[in-house]
Parts: sequence; structure tokens; C-alpha cells
Amino acid sequence: MISKFLSALFKHIDSVLLACVLFAMLVGLLVLYSASGQEFSRVSAQMINMSVALVAMWVVANIPPQQIERIAIPAYIVGVLLLIAVALFGDISHGARRWLNIGITKIQPSELLKLASPIMLAWYFSKRESNLTAIDFFIAALILAVPVLLIMKQPDLGTAMLVTASGFYVIFFAGLSWRFILGGIALVGALSPVFWSLLHDYQRRRIEILIDPTQDPLGSGYHIIQSTIAIGSGGMTGKGWLNGTQTQLDFLPERTTDFIFAVFGEEFGMIGNMLLLLLFAIIIARGFVIAAQAKSTFSRLLAGSISMTFFTYCFVNMGMVSGILPVVGVPLPLISYGGTSMLTLGLGFGLLMSIQTHKRLVATG
Amino acid sequence: MAYSTELRNHQNEQHNFRVRLTIAALIALVTFSALGLRFYYLQVNRYDYYHTLAESNRISIVPISPNRGLILDRNGVVLAHNFFVYTLEVTPSKISNLDTTIADLGQMVEISAIDLKRFKKLKAESHSFESVPIRTHLNEIEAAKFAVNRYRFPGVELKSRLYRHYPQGELGTHAVGYISRINERDLAQLKEDNVISNYKGTDHIGKGGVEQAYERELHGTTGFQQVEINADGKAVRVLSSAAPTSGNNIVLSIDAKLQAIAEKAFGERRGSLVAIQPKTGEVLGFVSMPTFNPNLFVDGIDYDNWNLLNNSLDKPLINRALKGIYPPGSTFKPFVALAGLENGKREPPYSIQDAGYYTLPNSRHRYRDWKPSGHGTVDMRKAITISCDTFFYGLAMELGIERLTDFVRHFGFGQKTEIDIRGEVTGLLPTPEWKKRRFKQPWYMGETVIVGIGQGYTLTTPMQLAYATATLANQGTAIRPHIVNAVVNSKTHVVTPIPHTVLDKIDLKMQNLEIVKAGMVDVTLPGGTAASVGANAGYSIAAKTGTAQVIGIKQNEKYNEKSINERHRDHALFIAYAPADDPKIALAVIVENGGHGGSAAGPIARKVMDYFLLGKEPPEDAPKAELPLPTTALGEASTVVNAEEEHYD
Repeated sequence: MISKFLSALFKHIDSVLLACVLFAMLVGLLVLYSASGQEFSRVSAQMINMSVALVAMWVVANIPPQQIERIAIPAYIVGVLLLIAVALFGDISHGARRWLNIGITKIQPSELLKLASPIMLAWYFSKRESNLTAIDFFIAALILAVPVLLIMKQPDLGTAMLVTASGFYVIFFAGLSWRFILGGIALVGALSPVFWSLLHDYQRRRIEILIDPTQDPLGSGYHIIQSTIAIGSGGMTGKGWLNGTQTQLDFLPERTTDFIFAVFGEEFGMIGNMLLLLLFAIIIARGFVIAAQAKSTFSRLLAGSISMTFFTYCFVNMGMVSGILPVVGVPLPLISYGGTSMLTLGLGFGLLMSIQTHKRLVATG
Repeated sequence: MAYSTELRNHQNEQHNFRVRLTIAALIALVTFSALGLRFYYLQVNRYDYYHTLAESNRISIVPISPNRGLILDRNGVVLAHNFFVYTLEVTPSKISNLDTTIADLGQMVEISAIDLKRFKKLKAESHSFESVPIRTHLNEIEAAKFAVNRYRFPGVELKSRLYRHYPQGELGTHAVGYISRINERDLAQLKEDNVISNYKGTDHIGKGGVEQAYERELHGTTGFQQVEINADGKAVRVLSSAAPTSGNNIVLSIDAKLQAIAEKAFGERRGSLVAIQPKTGEVLGFVSMPTFNPNLFVDGIDYDNWNLLNNSLDKPLINRALKGIYPPGSTFKPFVALAGLENGKREPPYSIQDAGYYTLPNSRHRYRDWKPSGHGTVDMRKAITISCDTFFYGLAMELGIERLTDFVRHFGFGQKTEIDIRGEVTGLLPTPEWKKRRFKQPWYMGETVIVGIGQGYTLTTPMQLAYATATLANQGTAIRPHIVNAVVNSKTHVVTPIPHTVLDKIDLKMQNLEIVKAGMVDVTLPGGTAASVGANAGYSIAAKTGTAQVIGIKQNEKYNEKSINERHRDHALFIAYAPADDPKIALAVIVENGGHGGSAAGPIARKVMDYFLLGKEPPEDAPKAELPLPTTALGEASTVVNAEEEHYD
């Protein structure tokens, strides 16, 4: 009875992914405990976030991809409408309009688009499947551009970039011509001065400071300087859990959220960093395997995009904290404190598991 | 057909997808490798660099300032010490609205207008991240009140600071000196002297007197505490510490009681007194009047008090003993006399007939004696006793300016005495060479004449005059004067005495010294110019009175004290040593605009000598009369002498 129940419970759960995710979450909790000054309140709050994410993952994993395909358009439209609502009625905090107050709680619709956009695009390409023309890619670019521009306007460069990435990965896997890709890269390069002029001052500042953090050591450069000091001073083996001086003595800013990787790097050193990279690499690789084995176009495009988006999260966050990418608000997946991003991740892993465990149903159905 | 196309397309598509997946995986692999390399670079390659940065981030060196050494008089009377005081200090950079914070503070502890003024002045002088005292000397209740409300005042701190205090107030300020806050110039000097690191955490530095001259001894060695700090700079825990070493105590040669007696004897008058122990060079008394309260400077002097001191006509801030330059007047005569005798001039029984004036050959200009009718027959001894100008005019002429100045220079005229506190000026011993340099004019014979009576260009400081007198008393052995007797190590309590340095040993004939001494002793005996000073002393005093002109008097014009503005009156000078046969004290007194050396400066010297030689202290509330002499035994002689003193000396 119990074993039957358990097997039903885990029927649509991918064990490799689950193991990796749980392990990463455990690491995350340990680091968070250290980063929050050994206070349990943040850790327990994060445990709730993780539980919610795991439940969401389980729920989504049990929904077959065909069902998910069906909600592609509504999810996308609702997401875009919510973004418009944010632009009109959103709450302003820290000079950006990102949150929408829906009475009970505040939500960040841009987060929703991280999944809604690739789902929408994967659905579009699966419908057009074998008759893809250049026009389809143009339409796909439009589908992606609408939410991205709305998010950029908030402004939330980090999320806009991640949404762009998640959508672009779908387009890329759908078979966007190499000429377009290379041409696009060339175009971006050519237009970068224009982009530069469109950026907000603080966004420009971030990029300038990345190039030379000492320009503003007590202002925006402070984050990068302190986080590189933290990581560098960790050395090969790290200072040990709870012993990072940069962390424990408050030198690291935002150390429970976007800069939590610096805490990890300081306390666990080069060895810890490499193991964490390996863990993330396994998760990404598992995602690729799921994508490669997926039976429908929708599934494989979505699985590929989710895997690559997860990779992008990891790379952008670690790159920014270790000082090779500009500071954009991207959390370290599964480790950073935060409910919304954890939920998005849970949903993403749920989608991967759903794709992996409903293959036979697709094949036979 | 259609199916196969679709199938082929499907396979084709799957193949394309896998190719792209592989490319994506490669991109991921490459970028993760880049991250790995970055970690290697940060954590292995540059580990030392970042390790050092992290350590310097977290470790801060907090200086612990040492207790400043005490200053004691020769008998152990405390002249400068330290005590703890609660102060309320404000760090302007940590406060958003300074005015409201001060207003709120004012509701809890009293902040007077003077406090506020001083705070604004100090704030203007310091960096915004330095804490500046807004109220000092809080009492226990005020301190407790603030402590309870502390949370309301970020950027305001209650500190317990060690304060310098001068318990004797104004007493001997010019000798003891004072401390005040380190200014930019002090900082530059400390940097130049390479001792700046020892002044981390020190706010004050010695200014003037012993506080300045013995700064290195008094300051001590700053201790350090290595503390771990957080990003707010708050100390979290102490990693290691080195205790500070207190500054050494300084024992002066000054006798506080003698000093007090001397200062009191000056009353409201301006002037200076320096008393030296001839055999050792110990300075017993070092008076510059008026003096001022050094405690005013410790917190940073407020504007009003500073104006009062700085703009006062009496110039209390000037150290007259070292910086005041006065013509020595007749107090110069014993040295001229000795110059004559040593050069074989005017040896007894040589005498002159004084008609009341001296004229140069081929000149009709009369160099007048202070006594218009003249002194009659005058030999060397009498010339000193009655201060005969005519006698010394001729002697100076015969010696010539070079021989005269060459001789008296050995007594320290025209050069620094090398006393162990700073700010001494050289005075002036004029020579033809000097005049040529200074005025591009030749030396005139008449100028030699008046140097004989200590007038003309000749200028001395009270310190020089006392030094010269001490050297004379010591029969030509010049000993470097010092105001500090010993340095007492604060840790080991080892007493290091200041050595007695012989600066010069003037070769003098005993019989010549005896003649000058006899003349000087007669000065304080009936018939001398300071007979009242010697009356009923109980010990013999060798002395010389002097008067220094403040304004010039034209030929055929008479100096009338009553008709002259008080500040244009002559300065009164007096030098003495006693007991004459075994001198234990030598001193020089100058009373500015005092009139006559015998009556104005002499009594001050007498009180000092009475105290030092007999232990006699003047009555606490002495009557207004400046002469402390017992009136009963004075008799007519004194009145007669005084009558003569009334006019000139």
C-alpha cells in the first residue's frame, strides 16, 4: 500500500534531477545560515520557499506536456497583461516599478514570463513544425520582444536578459539559421553604442564599474571589490563554514541574495567552487539528456531552453560575483534567498520532469 | 510519401536539434571552464593579495594614547597632571542634521554659548569624520542621562578622556608651558621628526615651556590594540594588544613657592624675574608677568578668552624672560668694570673727579651723569656702588668697543644661554661690524661711551641677565641654565638628572672679582643705590640696580616721571646674588615701566632671596606697600637712601 503510494508519488519525478536539486538546496541552506549571521529565521523562511517550490515541481511534473501546451497562449497573454498592469499601477521601489499589489500579496509578473515566454515560443514552433520559414522566426522574435521590452521599461535589466535568453534558446533550438545568429551578433555589436545610449545611467555605471571597480570603491564598485576579496581570500580550501571574515563581519553586501556565491567561495574555497560548478553542470547535463530524448518538438524545445536558462542563471550570477560580468540582479539558482526565483526554478524542474516522465504516453498516445 | 517526408523532416529536425544541443552544451562547458579559470585566478594565483586585503579589511589598529608625564617642581609640588573627564563628542559626518541633534542634546545636558562657539571652531579645524567635543566636564548625572538616551543620538558619543590639568593655574605658565590641540603645523613637524605614528590617538601636544621642550619625554609611547572590525568599523573583538607606556615625569628645578612669592610680588606690574642657582645652573624661579591660565588652552581656547589674552596691552602670552629684550642699563656696569680691571684699566687706587658729565676729546657734547652735580672723587668700587655714569663713560672709551664686547660676551650677552626651553632670543651686543651690517653706517665713538652704562644698542633678556649674574657669582664659571632637574622614568622610576654643563670658564683674577663684589655689596648697604633692599637682610647681598630708558631724552631735557605716560616710564632693573661670599642664588629682575631698579625691582628680589635663603615667606595678605621690610628697624638711613633713589641710580 505504502510502496504503491510512494511509487505513484514518485512516478513523474526524475530521480537524478531531484537528487541534484535537493543537494543544491541543502548547500544553499548551509550557506544561507552562514550568510545571515547564523540566524535561523532566514533559513526557515527559505525552507518554506523550497517546500513550495518542490510542491510546485511535483504538481507540474504530473501534468503531461500536452496539457502544458494548451495553456501556452493563456499563460503568455496573462503574463503580458500583468506586465502592462505593472507599468500602469505597479509599486515603485528602489526607482523601479516591478511589483504588482494584488491585494493578498505582491507579485512580480516578470518572473512568470521566464517560463511563459519559452512555453509560448515552443508551442508556436511546434505548431509550425515542418514548415518553418524566416517569417516564423520574425513572429517568434515579436512574441519575445513584447514582454522583454515591458520588463526593460520597469527597468529590470537582469530579468529582461533572462527572459530574452530563455526565448532565444527556444528560437535557437528550433533551428534559427546560422546566418541570422551570426548576423544578429554582428548587428548587436554594431548597435551596441545605440543600446548604450538607451541604458539608464545606473546601468551604464555598472558596466563601467565592472571594467574598473576602483572607480567607485564606496559606491557601486564596493559590491564587486568586496565579493572578489571574499572569493580570492577563500583560497584553495576556504576559510571554513561560518568562518568567512568578509561574510561574518558584514563586508559583503547582499550576501544572502545575489552575492551569496561570494560567501560560498570564501568559506569553501576553490574546491567548493569546483564542486558546485560540477553540481550545476550535472543538472544542466541532465536537462540536455531530457531534451535529447524528448519525443515532441514542444518538449524538446522547452527542455533545451529551460536547461540553457538554468545554465545562464548560474553563469551570469557567478560571473558577476567573481567580477567578470556586470552586476545585474540575477540570483544564484537554488542557493540565493528568495521565494519567487525558487518557485520559478521549481516550476522549471517540474516541466523537465514532466517531459521526461510522459514520453511513453506521448509515444503511445 | 507525405508520411515519409514528414518522417524524414522529423528525423532531420531531431538531428538538427541534437547538433544544436551539442553546440549549447559546448558553450556551457566553455563558459563554466572560464568560471573555473576565474576561480583559479582569484583563489590560487592571487590568493595572497586577496588574503591581505581581507585581513586589512577586518583588522584595524586602534591606538591607545599614553598618559602624559607629570610635571613637578623641585620639591614635588604638582604643576601639571591628568585626570579623567567625561566629554560629549560629535562626529559630524555621521549626523544628518547637526543643528537638530545639538538642540536635542541641549535639552538633556547644558550646552552653553561658549561650548557651542568652541565646538564650531574645533569642527572647522578638523575633518568631518573626526569626533569633536561639544561639552566637556560632564558630571555623573549628565553622563548617566546621556547614556540612557544614547540610542537617540547616533554619531554622538560619551567619552572618558584624560585631561591635562594645571593645578597651580597661572603659576609659572611660561616655564611649565601648556598643551593644546595638535594643528596642521604640529602634524607637519611630527611627520618630519618621524614620530607621527606615536601620535596616533593623541590630540594634544606641548606648546611653550617644558611641555613643549620635553614633549618627547612627557608624551610616552602609544599602545596599540589590534581589533577585528565589521564593515561599520565597530570593534568586534580584540586580537592582540600592546599597552601604552606612560610619559616620563619631569622634575623641575623651579621652586613653586619661590615662583609664587615672586609672581605675587610683581602684583599688577609687568616684568620678569629669573633666579638661578649659580653653582648648578638650576633655574629656581622663572617669572614672566602677567602670566595666564594654561588650563584655558587644554580644551581649545574659546574666542573671547583668546582675544582677551592676545589683544591685551600687557601681552601676557609673551615669555618675557626669554623673549623680552631690554637695555641692561646700569646692571651692565659690573661687567664693564670687570672688563676694565681684567684689561689693566682703573685698578685701585685709580679714581676720577666726577663733575657730573663726560665729554669726548674735541667734542662739546656732554654725556651726563644721572646726578647733575657729579659724585666727586670716584674709584672703581664707589663707581659701582653709586652707579657713577661718568666713570663708566670714560672706561668704555678707553677699553674700546671691541675689547669691551669681547669680554662681556663670555658672560652670555648677545647670545643664547642655551636654557632647555625654547623660544629664547639672542639679545644684542653691538659691535662696529654689526652696525655696518645692520645700518651700513660706521661706528661712532659716542656709541661706545653709552655702551659703558648699558644703553645704546645693547639689549638683553632677563634670562641673559640672570645667567650673566650667576656666572659672575660663580667667579666666571658659566653653567648652562636648566629649568628641568631630572627625568623620572615612568616604568622603572629611574631618575635621570640633567647634567650640569660648564659652558665657559672665564679666566678672572680673584682680586678683580673682589673689587666688583665689594662694590656690589655696597649697593645694598647704606649709601648704595639699593640700600633699602639690603636693610636687615641677615645675609650679604651683591647687587646692582639699573634703569632702562623707554623713550629717548634730548640734550638739556629733564626726565620727569610724573609727566610721562605710564608705559613710557623707564624700566626698572635689578641684579643680585646672595649670600655674597657663597652665592646660592643669583637673579635678575625687570619691572617694566617700574621707574627705578632699587625701589621697584629690588624688593621683589629681596622677597625671593629671603624665601630661598631664610625660608621666610611674606605675610599672606601683605599691605599695599610693596616693601616687606620691617619698618621699625629701618631708621633714618633708609629714608635718606630712598631720597637719593627717588631720582636716579
